Amino acid sequence: MASVGKIARRTFLIGAAAVAGGVAVGYWYVNKPYANPLEGDLAEGEATFNPYVKIAADNSITIIAPRAEMGQGISTTLAAFVAEELDVTLDKVKVEHGPASYAYFNAAMLEESGPFNFFDDSLVAETVRGALGTVGKVLGLQATGGSSSTRDGFDRMRQAGAAARTLLLQAAATRLSVHPSALTTDNGTIVHAASKQSLTYGDVAADAARLDPPGDVKLKEKAEWKLLGKSQQRVDMRDKVTGAPIFGIDVRLPDMVYATVRISPVFGAKPAKYDLSKAEQMPGVIKIVPLKTTYGEGFGVIAENSWAAFRAADAIEVEWEKSANPPDSEGLIKVIADAAMSGDGDVMRDDGDVEAAFADAPREKLIEAEYQVPYLSHAPMEPMNCTAQLKDGKLTLWAPNQMPVIVRWLCADLAGVTQENTVVHTTSMGGAFGRRGEVDFALYAALLAKEADGRPVKVTWTREEDMRHDLYRTAAVARMRARIGNDGLPVAVDMRIAAQSMMASLIGRIFPGRSPIGPDKSITDGSHDQPYTIPNYRVTGIKAPLTIPVSFWRSVGCSQNGFFHEGFMDEIAAAAKSDPVEMRRKLMADYPAAVAVVDKVAEMSNWGEKLPAGKAKGFAFTLSFGSWCGQVIQIADTPNGIKLEKMWIAVDVGTAIDPGIIEAQMFSGAIYGLSAAMGQAITFKDGMVEQSNFHDYDAMRIFQTPQFEVAVLENYHKMGGVGEVGTPPAAPALANAVFALTGKRIRKLPLADQVRFA
Amino acid sequence: MRLNVNGKDIDIEADPEMPLLWALRDIAGIMGPKFGCGIAACGACTVHIDGQPVRSCSLPLGEVQGAVLTIDGLESEGKLHPVQQAWLEEQVAQCGYCQAGQIMSAVALLDEIENPTDDEIDEAMGGNLCRCGTYPRIRAAIHKAAALKTARA
Repeated sequence: MASVGKIARRTFLIGAAAVAGGVAVGYWYVNKPYANPLEGDLAEGEATFNPYVKIAADNSITIIAPRAEMGQGISTTLAAFVAEELDVTLDKVKVEHGPASYAYFNAAMLEESGPFNFFDDSLVAETVRGALGTVGKVLGLQATGGSSSTRDGFDRMRQAGAAARTLLLQAAATRLSVHPSALTTDNGTIVHAASKQSLTYGDVAADAARLDPPGDVKLKEKAEWKLLGKSQQRVDMRDKVTGAPIFGIDVRLPDMVYATVRISPVFGAKPAKYDLSKAEQMPGVIKIVPLKTTYGEGFGVIAENSWAAFRAADAIEVEWEKSANPPDSEGLIKVIADAAMSGDGDVMRDDGDVEAAFADAPREKLIEAEYQVPYLSHAPMEPMNCTAQLKDGKLTLWAPNQMPVIVRWLCADLAGVTQENTVVHTTSMGGAFGRRGEVDFALYAALLAKEADGRPVKVTWTREEDMRHDLYRTAAVARMRARIGNDGLPVAVDMRIAAQSMMASLIGRIFPGRSPIGPDKSITDGSHDQPYTIPNYRVTGIKAPLTIPVSFWRSVGCSQNGFFHEGFMDEIAAAAKSDPVEMRRKLMADYPAAVAVVDKVAEMSNWGEKLPAGKAKGFAFTLSFGSWCGQVIQIADTPNGIKLEKMWIAVDVGTAIDPGIIEAQMFSGAIYGLSAAMGQAITFKDGMVEQSNFHDYDAMRIFQTPQFEVAVLENYHKMGGVGEVGTPPAAPALANAVFALTGKRIRKLPLADQVRFA
Repeated sequence: MRLNVNGKDIDIEADPEMPLLWALRDIAGIMGPKFGCGIAACGACTVHIDGQPVRSCSLPLGEVQGAVLTIDGLESEGKLHPVQQAWLEEQVAQCGYCQAGQIMSAVALLDEIENPTDDEIDEAMGGNLCRCGTYPRIRAAIHKAAALKTARA
């Protein structure tokens, strides 16, 4: 491992984000609690104790789960934290997302953004984690991402529940003239057993809210948990099986108009020439206006319904300027491959002396390979949309988004109102996978609200617009070499990984004019931070000089590096004639949590069993977002192509809060990764994305879906994330299985370019 | 024009070329069917017309003949349909956006085949895309719904 001093001296991009935000950090500011955003917006008879709990006189209890519910089940898990300590079951409470507020900062999301591997528990690493969490607090970064919400909420939201319960008990004790210790709680009721008296939380909520919050609260021991650690009924499930109008696209307001956008399909280009007259005469059109944001330029169409807006947008006659990037995929990939070959990079891991280890390597002990992955779209099921209204100096947004504070800030600026006069309602999301951490859909809605004469305007994108104006997972190229030792294990590994910098792309959109500095660890995440001990081990990240808009795609850098690292490990095992699982056990011996996961998934899948001809298994492992995940997939050669039969997943999450949700996220993440690995690619021609809809950018269908078996382990002493962890090992597990089945080592995704799937 | 949706006659004034989906959502305010692709490639907009599953995003209003059923009309007498009940018990939905369409396709499948095999499920549900990958639980829920339906009958 590179010495701490060597790496800590560098400036990391997340630091650049903090600087660009213009934040001056002072101790007083860090420790000052944020105001409770629920104050001042309470219904008649409602009382609030902290930003997470409201209780009304009729004993209706509302828990605020201030993270984006995009399918991962976070509203249920966060509500369970509060409910556990408040001593109520989830069917007794209403769960709301709540307002955009700095009070809901996400500290955990930034904690792992520093230059330390997850398994580094040194004092310096812990100190930097604390400091980066502080940056999250100072920025007031209310954000959902990085598989961080559960880790972030674990202490804070349990404390919120416990603090509220303490105050309710105090108020009840005063009312009943008894000592609080003589009282117990039972699902929303406070009981004084000795006198057989009872009060509901609602009876004493108003009194309790007037008391000073306790300085310290004692949380339950794990053994005392009633809800946590057990699978809960998801709080959003009933709405989702009845088709309830909970999504951004379902917003329906009195006097609402409908709109869509048509933005330049050439990134960064302006309209060179256009004629709106034909489009303006289409039936149902109210107004067509030019739009310009840091994301793109084009037009917005306001109409009487969505379909009329779509048709008119299509009828706009426009020619766009040329692309500043190479116009086609071949040219783009060449820039990235050249960077991998010879570009200057940032060394993110540097154990031993790699140059010396390769200098005298005998030819037969060397293996070299080049890996490649394409650009990818997020393609969540609900196309981008946002509703906005600008009336009487107030801007209101109904936005399915992962970053409400940033939405509020940037939209307020565009609409020319203050942040205090801007309200963001975060709706449920029909998938996001990172896409809704961007804010383009909200910016366009804010601009169109200015043109709608005070009426609310719902802006819905077509699927085509969504697919061609994503912020993509970057394409990437990895040049790998390894020297195999006499014991069949690698003695030296050198990985040079080139990709576009996501942080640079993001900073350009959110803080235009600022230039990013320092390495972008997302280029090598999943390769430089894996629990392998190899004496000479170097991982270098190189930023490819391109400006295709790129961003966070489920599991971010691990989405490409899982494939690069684990594909190459399989290749090393094959060259050394080692069993790939056995080789992992040896290389991971310093990390017992990793070995336990490998052992578990090997046992579940009966790894090593003799398979009938025409069947094979593949293995891969990735530590990502603090969780250790091993996957084995079994595939079969059939007359219709390769069929995915079964996948086994073992994951160590440290502490498993909701096993049912974790299981769902594991196969969800794996299917997301397998979908991309099998068939997805965003390609370019004439400066534009070629794909437009699900016919040419499809995902796994039910008939392609393998059986799944998931085991959740709790060996590691720190809690890990869940939402993204299933994705990184899926592609290499499948590619490694294809190698085992066919003898064909595929180093370029998607696999369907080279083999046929059933 | 007049449509029968979820057992009620409604009058819709719109261009007969407008897809049924947008007439339901933007004009009639029936929000259960979802917009996913607009080209009948994802199934999020699935509704029934006289019991047959159709993709409402690609069916012009003027060509609708028969009674329309959307997920909004699936509950009867305040009770979830066995397919909805099974979805709830198996905790199928993640983001939930495609599930209205998945459920309408599953209802049509079980109306046709009382007790489908995994292969029959895969065949009938292949047009419904789910980006969260809820397929393993969809299979389980359809088996459970078949059992619930038999028990209720």
